[in-house]
Amino acid sequence: MTGNLFYFLAFLTLFAAIGVVVSKNPVYSILFMILTFFALTGHYILLNAQFLAAVNFIVYMGAIMVLFLFVIMFLNMREDTEQHKPLMSKIAVSIAGGVLFVIMIAALKDVSMMPVDTANFDSQIGMVENLGKVLFRDYLLPFELASVLFLAAMAGAVMLGKREPGEHNRF
Amino acid sequence: MNEIPEVIRTIPLNLYLYFSTALFCIGITGVLIRRNAIIIFMCIELMLNSVNLLLTAFSAYRSDPNGQIFVFFIMAVAAAEVAVGLAIIVMIYRNLRTTDINILNKLKW
Repeated sequence: MTGNLFYFLAFLTLFAAIGVVVSKNPVYSILFMILTFFALTGHYILLNAQFLAAVNFIVYMGAIMVLFLFVIMFLNMREDTEQHKPLMSKIAVSIAGGVLFVIMIAALKDVSMMPVDTANFDSQIGMVENLGKVLFRDYLLPFELASVLFLAAMAGAVMLGKREPGEHNRF
Repeated sequence: MNEIPEVIRTIPLNLYLYFSTALFCIGITGVLIRRNAIIIFMCIELMLNSVNLLLTAFSAYRSDPNGQIFVFFIMAVAAAEVAVGLAIIVMIYRNLRTTDINILNKLKW
């Protein structure tokens, strides 16, 4: 049952990811992206990583995708706004991506993973309580630095988005 | 309460490796194939997410919380990156009326 769920979610993720790449309309790309994140949230829940599932749901599907969708609608993009590359380069790029995939699979094929340590296995590591303990004990400095990063990003986004006097804007 | 989740018992870790590799390659192909800067951005998000999933899988299989903390930081950095990047794209669009990267080739040598 869980195995089938894994295969279904993996198929859904890959299908939606391909949809992101091949959709002509940017809005459909965003919607496929949301489907990808939804499936990935399912993966996190399957792996018993509840905290990451919640963060993925809120941050990615809630914040980042709304930002993308807002920008796409703000810029008023349509299907015909993007000129497409010639067919030859599309085929070449697809072959390059496929070759990269084959090479990585070939390299990873013989990797032997360590078996799951059944004696000391702790299935609760992905819960908010345990991750919070690790986050605020071992990773307190990176956590605080992340808040500085967010402040810098916020100030930078506001500064970049501000209209300047010499700019010729026709909105 | 402390039993091993079913997915870890039934699915080998190699499958997550292959799946993440496929997702990463789709992201790379998207970056190379599209010309809209916003779609390229989204394909970078795809690649970040494939790495996130792989880190989570390793972390869950090894029952080691550090990998999931790393995923949390990757998500935080990705959110900051998206905010600044989209601001840059909007600024470029206001000046040039386009987000086509073939026109944005001012840094080309």
